[in-house]
Amino acid sequence: MKQLRAWIFRLAGILPGERRERELADEIESHLQMHIDDNLRAGMTPDQARRVAMLKLGGVAATAQAYRERRGIPLVENLLLDVRFALRQLRKNPGFTATAILMLALGLCASVSIFAFVDAALIKPLPYRNPERLVGLFAKAPACTPCNLSYLDYLDWKRLNKVFRSLEAYNHPLFMLSTPLGTEAANGTRVSGGFFRTLGVLPVLGRDFYAGEDLPAAPRTVILSYAVWQKRYRGKPDVIGQTVTLNGELHTVIGVLPREFHFAPAEPSDYWTTLHPAPGCDLHRGCHGMFGIARLKDGVSVSTALADVVLIAQQLEKQYPDSNHGFSAMAVPLTEAVVGNLRAVLLVLLSGAGLLLLIATVNIASLLLVRSESRRREMAVRSSLGASRARLIRQFVAEALVLVAAGGAIGLTSAGWVMQLLKKLIPPNRLDGMPFLHDLGLNLRVVLFAAAISLLAALLFSLTPALRLRLPEMRAGLAEGSRGSAGTTWRNLGSKLVILELATAVALLAGAGLLGQSLYRLLHVEIGLRPDRLASVYVMAPASRYSLVRQCVALERRIVSDIANLPGVKSVGITSALPVRSNDQGTWIRVMGKPRLGDHNDVLDRDVSSGYLATIGARLLRGRYFTDAEDSSKPHVVIVNQAMAKRFFPGEDPLGKQISFSSDPPVPMEIVGLVEDIKEGPLDIATFPAMYVPFNQNADNGFAVVVRTSVDGESLLSTLAGAIHAIDPGVVTEGGMMMTARIGDSQSAYLHRSTAWLVGGFAALALLLSVVGLYSVVAYSVGQRTREIGVRMALGAEPGAVYRLILKEAGWLTAGGIVLGLAGSLAVGALMRGVLFGVNSWDMPTLAAVAGVLGVAALLACYIPARRAASVNPVEALRAE
Amino acid sequence: MGDKADVWQGTLALMTLKTIEAMGPLHGYGIARRIEQTSGNLLSLNYGTLYPALLRLEQEGSIVSEWGLSENNRKAKFYKLTRAGRKQLQKETRDWEQTTAILARFLDPSKGPA
Repeated sequence: MKQLRAWIFRLAGILPGERRERELADEIESHLQMHIDDNLRAGMTPDQARRVAMLKLGGVAATAQAYRERRGIPLVENLLLDVRFALRQLRKNPGFTATAILMLALGLCASVSIFAFVDAALIKPLPYRNPERLVGLFAKAPACTPCNLSYLDYLDWKRLNKVFRSLEAYNHPLFMLSTPLGTEAANGTRVSGGFFRTLGVLPVLGRDFYAGEDLPAAPRTVILSYAVWQKRYRGKPDVIGQTVTLNGELHTVIGVLPREFHFAPAEPSDYWTTLHPAPGCDLHRGCHGMFGIARLKDGVSVSTALADVVLIAQQLEKQYPDSNHGFSAMAVPLTEAVVGNLRAVLLVLLSGAGLLLLIATVNIASLLLVRSESRRREMAVRSSLGASRARLIRQFVAEALVLVAAGGAIGLTSAGWVMQLLKKLIPPNRLDGMPFLHDLGLNLRVVLFAAAISLLAALLFSLTPALRLRLPEMRAGLAEGSRGSAGTTWRNLGSKLVILELATAVALLAGAGLLGQSLYRLLHVEIGLRPDRLASVYVMAPASRYSLVRQCVALERRIVSDIANLPGVKSVGITSALPVRSNDQGTWIRVMGKPRLGDHNDVLDRDVSSGYLATIGARLLRGRYFTDAEDSSKPHVVIVNQAMAKRFFPGEDPLGKQISFSSDPPVPMEIVGLVEDIKEGPLDIATFPAMYVPFNQNADNGFAVVVRTSVDGESLLSTLAGAIHAIDPGVVTEGGMMMTARIGDSQSAYLHRSTAWLVGGFAALALLLSVVGLYSVVAYSVGQRTREIGVRMALGAEPGAVYRLILKEAGWLTAGGIVLGLAGSLAVGALMRGVLFGVNSWDMPTLAAVAGVLGVAALLACYIPARRAASVNPVEALRAE
Repeated sequence: MGDKADVWQGTLALMTLKTIEAMGPLHGYGIARRIEQTSGNLLSLNYGTLYPALLRLEQEGSIVSEWGLSENNRKAKFYKLTRAGRKQLQKETRDWEQTTAILARFLDPSKGPA
């Protein structure tokens, strides 16, 4: 306590204290006077009295010094002096200072911004109790990894497993919300009763679902998301007990979820209701519509759990071969299910930003080396005046601290800004699927990350010039007082640093090049349809009035005929699922006349109207399309894609063959057409066997409408929705979008594009920084060798020879950088293999182009100093010595 | 300085506190003179060393200072013991007595443990 008090006073004493200095002088003066008075009284002469008093007091200067040291903290005061001196030094050299600070800020800003995303997605724990004990459960089959579970399978998994404390299911359908203004689409999730208990989440208002509240007999209840509670109910607590009409049924509001709650796999989701299995898909074991989550029992690992569910799946496969044949199981940590393929992308981005930071710091370090070289004389003078080596090093530390503090402050502030900007660039529908990004910002972890980097940078920046401080050399520096033998040590070290920078830039450029190529290939994948001027919108009709095939077909025919009459519309089609989405809505088939099992006979199933394939611009290879008249009263027909023909009828003519759904007894459908593969699943996945059956024979109350337009279709989207509502106001439309945008914004295209752009940006900056680094090395070297060049020219060297001299030096550095960088590129490519599409990690044209770009940029950077060298006037160069 | 002893480390603060306790508020010169007198002029005190010691005691909160007038009407800075200083003095006195007692036993083994 006493010590603390004293230290506080001493800290306060650091502040400039003229008053305190004055006070000590006064006190000493009064002391002397009193002593002199006493001495005079004792009979001394005034001179003698003064002399004795002074002697007895001891050295006044020493006292004042001891007093001063006691008053403040000498180490800190010296450091402050050093910092003040460093500031003066840096201000004297604004070009260097600004460059160094900006480069550091740039590197920091890039890596901190990306780290914030990594933190939000991968590091920050999910908002559940012990989230690391949660797993996501899926079915697994060749068509879809991961696939959904069927409701009945979920019940069996729940009953048979020995590894989970609890196991729950959910799915994420589109809800139809009735409002005073009409019916609209709403986002919601159906969950089993223990869903929130398994996550360990309690509603902030009201209660959780009871166990058994998800059974058919239980009354309908709903829990609201915090956002919808705020938006629709203005956050009023009396919302509990109110009713909401979802899908035509009254639901009582029983709770509101916490604000920080999110569940990415089902997000966005505003209405959380219970499953209430209904006849139809839910009670059909072959109909997969659920996802599973489970909490592990204590001491059970994910791999043990996986083994257990695989065993259960095998058991079910034996028990229900009709529906479960070929379905295994998958269990992954829930974090993985939440983040998905974002992890690989984020790690690639973080590595990119890290490499940029590396170049920036290396660049600054080499600038500092240059500076220390030109300050050898200053250091020599200071050391011969008695500055200790430690004191000189402290000077460098102070300068490094000032640089890093400024660069760090700018970098961190701009990072806070840049990360929000990056977040704004994410399209809203993508952002909804990544709710963990909502509270992206400069949190403690991000700031600590920035602080750690800054500390490392400060260490590097203090050490680099301090390394140069070897005492004997410093004396030599003074004796020579010279520029003549410009430190070869520096040239060696500095050039090594430049090679490192160039190599890093090459690696980044190669990464960007590979990603760019990969994006190009992805966007130019053969999708089997013409996406331009193709509008699309999802339609959902209330199940209460559209449960029969007849009713749905009537609606479809009405929509097709009404929309076809709109101005600007060329043709209309209807499908159960739009292309370039996901490999879901698959089914099982059997080929008539072939053994029933022993194959994974799963194919994608699309129920399409007669005009659909022509509307999207599919290419018919053989046979014919459907006619509108082909409904349930006519023989069943089907069109297959090439992948399906190759798979089930290799070397045969598929036309005329018969297949059937896996129903019992089979209902044969005749193959009447063969189309070129249409990309039904994600762009980066090989096209799966798919079949197209007449909507009129398999109608459903949810489907998508596609429209080929003769004008730019963007404006037509709202007209489309209007026309559909005019037919039946109870029908909901959702997600109206042009097909080109749908493809460009699809998950794989979006991830590819954003990664390519960001890494491309990093690579461009890296190229700039490394070329600046090369320029400064060569320029400095030319400056140092002015005399040598002067001598050469005086002895008759042509300017051409001087050019060659400089360019040779630069050429070696560049070549070294490129060779090392290409080796690094291979490593980078291997690291990125997971995110690349259709391009090898050792893609030669990319690597050659990168080497070319860097070579040209380097040549340009060296041209300026080389020109200066060639125009040296030998007379002046020699006289200047 | 003949055979006069130097003030050894750590004891100056104790002497200063004791002097201020005995004399009441006192200026630096007075404290220095008083310490010499109390020691029977056996101690040689370099007056200058007193001031950093006083500053330290003040920073630690044992004493406070105030400008005033000396007996000869000279402006002088007077030091006064605080309550914390009084406690500190008691504690240091105890410590010192203990130290000297222990040393005494070492130096005169006949008074060793019974």
